[in-house]
Amino acid sequence: MIQQNLVKVGMADLNIATEGAVLKTTGLGSCVGLTLYDPHRKIAGMAHVMLPSSDIARETPINLAKYADTAIPELLDRMIAAGAYLERLKAKMAGGAQMFAMSGQSDSLRIGPRNVESCTAMLSRFKIPIVSQDTGGSFGRTIEFDSVSGMLSIRSVQFGTKEI
Amino acid sequence: MNLFSRFEAFELDVLKEVGNIGAGNAATALSRLLDKPVDMAVPKVSLLPFEEVADRVGGSEQIVIAVYLRVEGEAPGNMFFIIEEESGKRILRQLLSMYTEEPNGYSEMELSALCEIGNILAGSYLSSLADFTHLAMAPSVPAIAVDMAGAILSYGLMQYGEMGDSALLIETTFLEDHQSLEGHFFLIPDPESFDKIFRSLGVVGE
Repeated sequence: MIQQNLVKVGMADLNIATEGAVLKTTGLGSCVGLTLYDPHRKIAGMAHVMLPSSDIARETPINLAKYADTAIPELLDRMIAAGAYLERLKAKMAGGAQMFAMSGQSDSLRIGPRNVESCTAMLSRFKIPIVSQDTGGSFGRTIEFDSVSGMLSIRSVQFGTKEI
Repeated sequence: MNLFSRFEAFELDVLKEVGNIGAGNAATALSRLLDKPVDMAVPKVSLLPFEEVADRVGGSEQIVIAVYLRVEGEAPGNMFFIIEEESGKRILRQLLSMYTEEPNGYSEMELSALCEIGNILAGSYLSSLADFTHLAMAPSVPAIAVDMAGAILSYGLMQYGEMGDSALLIETTFLEDHQSLEGHFFLIPDPESFDKIFRSLGVVGE
């Protein structure tokens, strides 16, 4: 295995990768790991989205990478600046789990599914197709996104590694 | 909005004492359960970037057993009782003479037993805290998960997500001697709860 150039994406963070680098984010629970890919230019982007909407933000300035509705436009800007074309972009998603099944589900406990819904809505606004996703469930995921192949590899404790 | 930059050193000390009293009682409860001495480290109160919270228990991808309780009442928050994967088996053996049926992973019965242990300990943590502060606090029904620490702990940080990129947590580690059974308590009060905790203890800011 060739040593790959790994670009770490933290929690509520986003980044792009080109020239064979691999984007990685660890320990996705209810957060969503969203990836965008331009297969022609081999430009990859990843965002670790924590919350569905920036409407509730009480921080200034807000961290754009944290919210689904701000992270996706920001990631798009960064990728287009790097030479990607909006029309060619394809999206993949993983995460959005519900780590603890609690009785009396309040809305804040449904944060995982809401993150997925919000990302999906945002992508459709930009007419970016979601080619595959592995979301929901009640387990954590670590993901790696290869900027050469556009493959998203997902690792979890119970289910091992799979590629989508 | 930066809630925490204004915390004074003595206010952090107050929170440390909160952790000390709560975890002290929980450690006593655990010691009685196991009939063995249990030591406790000095509590740490820290404002940690989200990214670093999971590092406290071995990193984002470290597999841990976590019992989670939502604290409800006048000073709401999230509470986690976290132990290493192997420590869970050791507790079950010592406490209930439950011997592992499955070498990898945990059976439903084992998880249920661990969840109840977490519940007892968290309950004693909270009830001593409620006595100390005179604030009504009650734990929710506990939930248990065996998974990556990052995925689990991020669940307790959501309330902080809307106000910044770090969370204030009160952490206490305890050790059972010789066997090196290590456990962690994390109390992550909701951002709005701090004022109430301070006021109830007579520490009035501004």
